[in-house]
Amino acid sequence: MKFPKINLDKLKNEGTGSVTAQERRKFLKLGLTVAGVYAGGKILSLTSAISTVHASGGGADFIKKYPYNPHYSMIIRQSLCIDCEKCVDACNSTNQVPEPNYRTRILTKKYTGKLDKQVEFIPVLCNQCNNAPCVRACPTRATYKDPVTGIVRMESKKCIGCKTCMLACPYDARYFSVERRAVDKCDFCWEKRLSKGEKQTGCSAACPTGSRTFGNLTDPENIVYKLIHQLEEQVWVIRPADDTKPNVFYMKGNMRSVENILNEQKFKYFDPNIKS
Amino acid sequence: MTGRMVNISKKWGFHGVEALKDASPGYKMVMGFFVLLTLAGLAVGLHALFVGYHHVYGVTRQISWGIMISAYIFCVVTSTGLCIVSSIGHVFGGEAFMPIAKRAVFMSIIFMFGGFCIIFFDIENPFRMAIWNVFSPNFASNMWWMGTLYGAYLVFMVIEYYFLLDQNHTLSRLMGFFGLVVGIAAHSNLGAVFGMLHGRPFWYGPYLPIYFIFSAAMSGGCAILFFTTLGWKINPEIMNQRMERAVKAVTQITIFLISVIIFFTIWKILTGMVSEGKQLVLMSLLTGSYAVNFWVFEIFLGMFLPLYLLIRSKGNNFNLILWATGLMMIGIFFMRYDIVVPGQMESVYHSLGVVEEANLLTYTPTFHEIMGSLFGIGFIGLAYFAGEKMLNGHQLEEHEIVPEGGYICPGCGAIHFMEEGETEEDAMKRHHRIW
Ligand code: SF4
Ligand code: SF4
Ligand code: SF4
Repeated sequence: MKFPKINLDKLKNEGTGSVTAQERRKFLKLGLTVAGVYAGGKILSLTSAISTVHASGGGADFIKKYPYNPHYSMIIRQSLCIDCEKCVDACNSTNQVPEPNYRTRILTKKYTGKLDKQVEFIPVLCNQCNNAPCVRACPTRATYKDPVTGIVRMESKKCIGCKTCMLACPYDARYFSVERRAVDKCDFCWEKRLSKGEKQTGCSAACPTGSRTFGNLTDPENIVYKLIHQLEEQVWVIRPADDTKPNVFYMKGNMRSVENILNEQKFKYFDPNIKS
Repeated sequence: MTGRMVNISKKWGFHGVEALKDASPGYKMVMGFFVLLTLAGLAVGLHALFVGYHHVYGVTRQISWGIMISAYIFCVVTSTGLCIVSSIGHVFGGEAFMPIAKRAVFMSIIFMFGGFCIIFFDIENPFRMAIWNVFSPNFASNMWWMGTLYGAYLVFMVIEYYFLLDQNHTLSRLMGFFGLVVGIAAHSNLGAVFGMLHGRPFWYGPYLPIYFIFSAAMSGGCAILFFTTLGWKINPEIMNQRMERAVKAVTQITIFLISVIIFFTIWKILTGMVSEGKQLVLMSLLTGSYAVNFWVFEIFLGMFLPLYLLIRSKGNNFNLILWATGLMMIGIFFMRYDIVVPGQMESVYHSLGVVEEANLLTYTPTFHEIMGSLFGIGFIGLAYFAGEKMLNGHQLEEHEIVPEGGYICPGCGAIHFMEEGETEEDAMKRHHRIW
């Protein structure tokens, strides 16, 4: 499949799987975003992933700054996840989330007809959406987007327990916590770790393969910045059609490509702050 | 114009608890049944509250709204519907609809309270709602608007009812108008609570807010017919020709509204079949685990059977109307359930093609949830039967000013005028030839 002319209106949801790095570079040079191009509801091209995190992205305008600083994000390198669930355990103990509740879980995807990889594990957690449906739905502002960190948090005492937010969330990231008498969710470990000066979340620190990589999207030196802005590999978000502008990104991400990216040997990464 | 004041009802208005004491033993037994049902529902609800909802309710993280929200919606839909249909008469002056007004407004208030009874045992922290809805409002939230507008709606309806009892028709009309406007806003907002959830394709879109209004009107027509004909069974005196005319008019409008809802349902299915996100859920309604709910209850009991029976009744056969609308009420409950629960059946990760969410999610109501819902239904039944006696069949007027040359028709209760040299009987005959 090819994109003969870059015409956003004519783009179909045919996937970006075969868009070469060269073509992607072309998109970037033109300053275009490819929002909404996805296959099977999940693949989003590199460029649209970037526009996704902008509070008011879209069109041909790249916004020069991310809305928050630090802009906490997580990038999940799917092919590195081995389903050890150490992250789930770490999360449960760090944030006191007793069974059967969870803030994060690992989904399993089975491929048939592929020789190299039969199973893939997909860790999911709250996306700390920039355009969070849960925040809009809550009648009492018990759940809110923290204006400083951009983390979607809970003010438990205001929660009436109507559970509208649980239905509004397109990522099944919320549950009613009996202990807190309120709905609870992943807060990127803000309360237990980040606010106390730690740099990693419970789950990312516990991840033995580096599948979960947590960091700051505004800092060009940060690994998350580098992984998301590289040109070699596709980056996508889950359920892009819901337009929630998530802050959890996904890529296949094997070890080699990461090394390359970090050493900047072979590939340059894309910097949205510099217009080419 | 000069006129004389004529009492048209010897037993108008509030009759107090005395009226209940005079009721027949059978009536007392029916009331006793509803007392027990309400108390049992309350007891089980309190038990659930005490041991923790998560232990005894069937709702889960992914299907977090179950039968109780459906029952709540059933109640508030009916309440709004009663308000909409009765407003044709006492707000917009449709003469034929006048006699049903009082019972309709009364039941509308009762249904609202019934809904609150149910939601009390569904929302985890109902008391916080009273505080934070006021001090921390989120104006972008449909849920906030729904709660606030329904609160205002209830206030207007209560004031309106007071003025109806007080025979102050100007103010009752004004309040009725406000009640109607706020009620429709509240109700379409309830539809939007579902319709504005992006991630739920079965609900998302403007369909539900619009559907809710029409569906409410249909429920309202059904409820008016049901409670009026039941009232006639209890006390045949409430039927006079005016009331018969009203029943006929409401029957006609209900037939029309059922047809509208059939039309809505057909298009929901047809459009949904070509939408990837809706098809799976629709198939479970058409041929899957919700097929009985859908075909037997929603379609047959809720639409086709009442449509047929109401047309056959010609608006005159009250027994038939009573059956038609009684069964229809059951069907309508399933209609609500078929919106709320199936809309959550498809996990948000289903489209990702993962093993964990390959199947549709399931939900079965538990005993506690059913009893919690029956708490509200029992309360409504109790209030209805008590109201029929204590308010003496909800007759509209205490007295009427009869102008010179007119008289109150003993048959229809309306004012007739005699022409020169005519007797009352001649006038009545002449008058009623059109009927
Ligand atoms: S993933 Fe869900 S809970 Fe998290 S911010 Fe987005 S909508 Fe809210
Ligand atoms: S359950 Fe709590 S946090 Fe969620 S919408 Fe209701 S009040 Fe807000
Ligand atoms: S960031 Fe923290 S709260 Fe969120 S899933 Fe990871 S460990 Fe749990």
